[in-house]
Amino acid sequence: MSETLFKIFRGERAKGELCGYSVEVTEGMVVLDAINQIQARHANDLAVRWNCKAGKCGSCSAEVNGKPRLMCMTRMDELPLDKPVIIEPMRRFPHIKDLVTDVSLNYEINQQIRPLKPKPREADGTYRMQQKDIERIQEFHKCIECFLCQNVCHVTRDQQVQEFAGPRFFIRIASLAMHPLDTLNRLKELKDVFGIGYCNITKCCTEVCPEDIAITDNAIIPLKERVAGAFYDPLALLWRSLTSVSK
Amino acid sequence: MESYEIKEHDVLVIGAGGAGLRAAIEASAQGVSVGLVCKSLLGKAHTVMAEGGMAASLGNTDPRDNWEVHFRDTIRGGKNLNNWRMVEIFCREAAERVAELEEWGALFDRTKEGLIAQRNFGGHRYPRLAHVGDRTGLELIRTLQNHGIHQGIDIYMECCIVELLKEEGRVCGAFGFWRESGQFVVFRAKSVVLATGGLGKIFRVTSNSWEGTGDGHALAYRAGAELTDMEFVQFHPTGMVWPPSVQGILVTEGVRGEGGVLKNSEGRRFMFDYIPDTFAAETSDTEEEASRWLSGDPEARRPPELLTRDVVARAIRSERLAGRGSPHGGAFLDIAGQRNAELIKRKLPSMYHQFKKLGNLDITTTPMEVGPTCHYMMGGVRVEPETTMSTVEGLFAAGEVAGGLHGANRLGGNSLTDLLVFGTRAGFHAAKYSREQSDTIEPSKQLLKKLEKLALEPFDPERTENPYGLMADLQETMELHTGIIRESDEMEKGIELLQALKIRGERLHVEGNRQYNPAWHYALDLRNMLCVAETITLAALKREESRGGHTREDFPESSDSLQKVNTFIREVNGRMIHEHREREPMPEYLKKLMNLPLKEG
Repeated sequence: MSETLFKIFRGERAKGELCGYSVEVTEGMVVLDAINQIQARHANDLAVRWNCKAGKCGSCSAEVNGKPRLMCMTRMDELPLDKPVIIEPMRRFPHIKDLVTDVSLNYEINQQIRPLKPKPREADGTYRMQQKDIERIQEFHKCIECFLCQNVCHVTRDQQVQEFAGPRFFIRIASLAMHPLDTLNRLKELKDVFGIGYCNITKCCTEVCPEDIAITDNAIIPLKERVAGAFYDPLALLWRSLTSVSK
Repeated sequence: MESYEIKEHDVLVIGAGGAGLRAAIEASAQGVSVGLVCKSLLGKAHTVMAEGGMAASLGNTDPRDNWEVHFRDTIRGGKNLNNWRMVEIFCREAAERVAELEEWGALFDRTKEGLIAQRNFGGHRYPRLAHVGDRTGLELIRTLQNHGIHQGIDIYMECCIVELLKEEGRVCGAFGFWRESGQFVVFRAKSVVLATGGLGKIFRVTSNSWEGTGDGHALAYRAGAELTDMEFVQFHPTGMVWPPSVQGILVTEGVRGEGGVLKNSEGRRFMFDYIPDTFAAETSDTEEEASRWLSGDPEARRPPELLTRDVVARAIRSERLAGRGSPHGGAFLDIAGQRNAELIKRKLPSMYHQFKKLGNLDITTTPMEVGPTCHYMMGGVRVEPETTMSTVEGLFAAGEVAGGLHGANRLGGNSLTDLLVFGTRAGFHAAKYSREQSDTIEPSKQLLKKLEKLALEPFDPERTENPYGLMADLQETMELHTGIIRESDEMEKGIELLQALKIRGERLHVEGNRQYNPAWHYALDLRNMLCVAETITLAALKREESRGGHTREDFPESSDSLQKVNTFIREVNGRMIHEHREREPMPEYLKKLMNLPLKEG
């Protein structure tokens, strides 16, 4: 058992400072355990979001030593404990208090995405889909909405582009656009409303994803290709117009 | 008195996990105005933690399955204590509710024919659980969330409810506050649906998140509603036991459904020693037969690891007490010896990830250490099976907060389907009830003033009690005195200790201000936790038998006379009144199902 110093950002509406707390470290402990210990012993009113403590709900996102992480899945023994552990709120989102930020923007973006419009059921009342055809979308459905990708994406973080949905929502749109049952064409809004063109594939989102979703390779790049194919490829346009005439 | 923000709806749904979302969607489809209150952000409710799947007799993986066998399994699993009418409704409607999720985007794992695949689980005769790897709950809540946000429902995130509002014997809304600002809000509604989930946080070792503080149970109780079967708490046999910081985190029953076996420190598959007579006819009695079952032989009987949760949890505890436990006081759960690494990672990806990350252990090569963890509350608000209305006018309940469906022990996989079936019914009937009311009753100013005072008391600087400390003491008290094995003297001591904790609860003190102050939230949660802890202990003390999730050291056998009765608790003039009442006998057409010969082959 040993003592480690934590420095936690405390304050409201971005006004605040790092405050130091001593934490008793035990075997297998994660950063969220340390935060809960600090709440119980030193700072009862320390504001933090968390729910499942098992990496399944995506509530406890924060920046641990400057890196966007889930606190419940960051083990203390993977951090250098000879230096203070620095915990700060996600930087992309408006600050509320201590480690809590206003993530409502994400819910607003999600609201703009048109829901699944499924094709009719088979004659026997079922939907038939092959496992291999849904595996990639099942990967997208692993998203726990921790918003770490939204936090780290430089298009949202540094450039603050408004008409850009961000990685989480490209995953979501991809899960609809590639859904075997969906009947909508989502390419125009992907280009005009959700701004997929702004992404320049630096893969920061993929790197921070706690669910290891290949956000860039499996969702964003295929979507970009579809958009490019639909709107920017004159040969494809010509080909499609010819084939549609011949039908 | 502060001026309050006022929100008005026909139907107010409290809780936004599976049941709350499904209720809100259904009420909205009935054309009424719906408000949905979530304690956390939308999509973070405890439903995301559900892993193994949702039970429905689709018959895709084994065509012998149907609602009647599901009925029989559920009643047998519940040790005959279930409300049979609820079980009937549940088993008949399950398939339709699960299939409907596909239209809203859910993608379950598929059979070779392209249909929804189904997995084996404890107590289910046939493979019955529609699933998505081991993250079915996430799929369920996200599907409902992404469908629900387009249904015109007003969603209120990070809002805590302090009390239900009731006037003239009818529920007329709820009083709460925004966690972010700490400001109060009054919800006025013609009906209220409770969908607040469970109360596992009153125990020290639990798979529940901080939200599981029995809010709905306590809100209903204080509003005068009757609670039922509060002694029946489910301890899931397989929680993580090591390292300490992850103790209690769930290890899905899907591990055993996919073939995982339980072993003691001597390497013996000890579940063969714990097969109850009731299940002997359909459980393998040799390792040879169990492994034939695993390789798909339809003639082979199910392995004993898939007995019901109460049986498995007690067996692990007995092995530990006999000195045959694992190094950290559990048992070994081994899937590595049964399945190849590729299948394990595909079917149990989050278990693989969870152990790798939190336990430094590769489940594709090494057995896990597991032990019982508080998981689920079978008991809850007594509801009318058809409508889910409680004994209070205008107050409905669905999901874990409602009692009756699961009897003395819930089968794994029945919970997610419960959320859908009774969530739908609650939404439908709450909307219908609201339409029948001419107007919303206005809560009195005195009532609101009283609640405001109550909620702000912890800021009184004269007070000294730390909410975190009181919570830890409550959890320890429940763990020791009303835990997995119970005994009369221990519980009587527990009741005394709870009285002392309640007195400390009246002195709770919170530092800081009202803005996003978790200590304040805990202080108000504790009022609910102490209330439900008392109902559980009282109900457990009065049931002098062992049945399902309720195990008495001093009454180890099940009693025939107590099998006929359910427990009811309600508040009368500030006193907690306990009662055993006989259940209506099961009608003949259902009784027949209990003895149906199973079609083999």
